[in-house]
Amino acid sequence: MSLRLAVRHLSLARILAMVERHIYLLSASPFRIIDIVYWPTVQLLTWSFLQLYVGRASQLPLLAAGTLIGGILLWDVLFRGQLGFSMAFLEEVWSRNLGHLLMSPLRPIELVVSFMIMSVLRLAIGLIPAFLIAIIFFKFDVAAVGIGLPFFFVNLMLTSWSVGLLTSGLVLRFGLAAETAAWGAMFGIMPFACVSYPVATLPHVLRPIAWVFPPTYVFEAMRALLLSGNFRLDLLVESFALNLLWISAGALAFRALLASARKAGSLLSMGE
Amino acid sequence: MMPEAASALLAENLTKTYDQVPAVDNLSFRIEAGAVVGLLGGNGAGKTTTLAMIMGLTTPTAGSVRVFGADMAHERAKVLRRINFESPYADLPHRLTVRQNLKVFGKLYGVADPAGRIAELASALDLEDFLDRRTGQLSAGQKTRVALAKALINEPELLLLDEPTASLDPDTADWVRGHLEIFRQRRGATIVLASHNMGEVERLCDRVIIMRAGRIAHDERPGALIARYGRGTLEEVFLDVARGRGAQARLVDVAK
Repeated sequence: MSLRLAVRHLSLARILAMVERHIYLLSASPFRIIDIVYWPTVQLLTWSFLQLYVGRASQLPLLAAGTLIGGILLWDVLFRGQLGFSMAFLEEVWSRNLGHLLMSPLRPIELVVSFMIMSVLRLAIGLIPAFLIAIIFFKFDVAAVGIGLPFFFVNLMLTSWSVGLLTSGLVLRFGLAAETAAWGAMFGIMPFACVSYPVATLPHVLRPIAWVFPPTYVFEAMRALLLSGNFRLDLLVESFALNLLWISAGALAFRALLASARKAGSLLSMGE
Repeated sequence: MMPEAASALLAENLTKTYDQVPAVDNLSFRIEAGAVVGLLGGNGAGKTTTLAMIMGLTTPTAGSVRVFGADMAHERAKVLRRINFESPYADLPHRLTVRQNLKVFGKLYGVADPAGRIAELASALDLEDFLDRRTGQLSAGQKTRVALAKALINEPELLLLDEPTASLDPDTADWVRGHLEIFRQRRGATIVLASHNMGEVERLCDRVIIMRAGRIAHDERPGALIARYGRGTLEEVFLDVARGRGAQARLVDVAK
């Protein structure tokens, strides 16, 4: 089925039913909510104190302008966004519910859209407290990135979903043996995405590789905005264009891996 | 080409091979609307693979499956609202309550009034006492009733059941069979039942397909099959088939 046809047949009711299923799951255990809030908060505190310490000892403007905290917050949007997508998918595998879902009228594209919505929801739960802590206690100037924030967010979410689609597809095809991909894939991108240092820091030979990753443009744009107040729309447009390629590749990979799992006959017993 | 009129299910030359080993080998059968058909066979005979191909969860290596005329390889979305299944290979999420699980599946299947349908099923399947308990906290028998409620949530016209009474005590198993009979009578649904319980198959099924090494060994009415083998029960016939004793050899033995 072509993408256009698949989108035309999307059922909002079925997507919302899946979102409802995951909200039931989240609300069933306060520990899940604590887990979602805990890690971004701990990470933010650690890096923010480091920024305070190094910022006092060094005259580097890079550290003074809050780029380290900004980078960590945006990195968490990227990482937690992907984790939120992958966790929603893995919950179905762990609970051996995938067979029920794939046998129901729910279409794979609706399943994917529900995971995207869940990733945004989990991200909001996890990051709003971290953002508040950064603003209140570490004087992170959110107004300085204000104009860029929606652009940063959209681009980072698109990348997170692309990686989520690929890693979920790998679990579909290869089972829970591929689960580590869901947890670790984003860390493979991290050094090249230049979260807390400019691309110019990388050796020359690695710089072209860094520009393959859409988040690299976002982190560069964030630094430009915080350090000089320069809103680099060009970088964000480039990131968006690259993201369209990435999400298309992620969707194609998910579709191909799902077809391959059907061929391998592994879907019904998935989770064992 | 087999005729399609009034077929709920039509399998043609259905084949599935894994690493060139056939799990299901050139299976062809047709199931009329309203029939209850038992799919029998020893472990590894190919029953679950056949069911997975019927459901569209496994892609056949060759051949095709049509459900209500729709090719399950390309048109399964057209008919999925009319089908449902229960399998020991799929669980309902343990952390959700029974009501939450049924509500979600009611919405996925487009049930017009999920709350009303859940109330009906809770009454019919005796779920009321644990409707708001977490599914993971239920006993095996209660879980089976909940799985059956999920399988009936959309009042399916085709119900696929893989070992619906496995691991149940005789009383609960009998109770489940009784409900399947009531559902079939009321709904006129087609039921395909994979089971190792021959008593269950004799009680529920109009017809049995016995599989052996991925192929159809027999396809006829339970009574006719028992008579042909000169046996008293379907279980005895099953053992003869599983051990490679044909009907003729068995009748010669009886004559001696």
